[in-house]
Amino acid sequence: MSACISPSDADLARRLVALTEAGLPLVEDPWGWLAERLGLSPDATLALLARLHADGAIRRIAAVPNHYRLGYRHNGMTVWDVADDAIERLGPAVGTLPCVSHCYRRPRKDGWRYNLFAMVHGRSAAEIDGYRAEIRALLGDACRADDMLVSSRILKKTGLRLGEPRSRMR
Amino acid sequence: MDDLDRRLIDRLQYGLPLVRRPWEALADELAAPPAELRRRVQALLDDGTLTRFGPMFDIERLGGAFTLAALAVPETRFEEVAALLHDLPEVAHNYRREHAYNMWFVLACATPADVAASLARIEARTGLAVLDLPKEATYHVGLHFPL
Repeated sequence: MSACISPSDADLARRLVALTEAGLPLVEDPWGWLAERLGLSPDATLALLARLHADGAIRRIAAVPNHYRLGYRHNGMTVWDVADDAIERLGPAVGTLPCVSHCYRRPRKDGWRYNLFAMVHGRSAAEIDGYRAEIRALLGDACRADDMLVSSRILKKTGLRLGEPRSRMR
Repeated sequence: MDDLDRRLIDRLQYGLPLVRRPWEALADELAAPPAELRRRVQALLDDGTLTRFGPMFDIERLGGAFTLAALAVPETRFEEVAALLHDLPEVAHNYRREHAYNMWFVLACATPADVAASLARIEARTGLAVLDLPKEATYHVGLHFPL
């Protein structure tokens, strides 16, 4: 991932976020649709999207399924207490397991010993238990303890919004 | 949902190709007319099989500050605290999880100072200590549901 996005691209990216808050319209020429609104040519828009993709600001232009609807009703946040001298090696390895959708290092805190987080999704409780076992096997002795926090209810889920400074929100 | 719907959803989770005529490129891959693919994506959005079609931003690359935080909420106060967090615009999502820390939420703010202020406000309004677990490294992001 490159170090930074140019200020002009960052500004255009913020406009893209606003333009596509409700999604990208299903038109024959989506880049043309965006180009018109950004005041760029379609080719310049496509080049911008490619740069933002290369910079990591856009992961992809994709469909997001309702995973409950597809039968993926079980999700577990697996958490692992991994030796500090092994996590930079093992974190990416866990991240490449096909069953892991998101994988992060987070700090330990008083009363919270786990420093590696890996999300797994499945169609049954047994399936995500199996994924947890897969991760455990990969971590081996470097892992001292683990847990899996199963989600039982969505309390709030909103689309992407860029945070506005508090002063501008009032 | 038929076979083409399944192949379309599976393929589109990886993203529309960044080429001048993306729907035509996809039509070649899936051997179906581009207009038919767009019609199907619309139908899948309309019936709730898809929740979004569009750019997926890594918002942190565009500025902003985020954290994952958790609360251990007494069961008798669970609904009250859930409602309180629901009304805060900076709470992007919130899940109940089966653990002593039973409420897990993501804060999305403009600056780290705003995150700190929000966490302090949540502690003050709930009387509960917040477990603040900001991301230190990203090893993988790539949600994909095979069909």
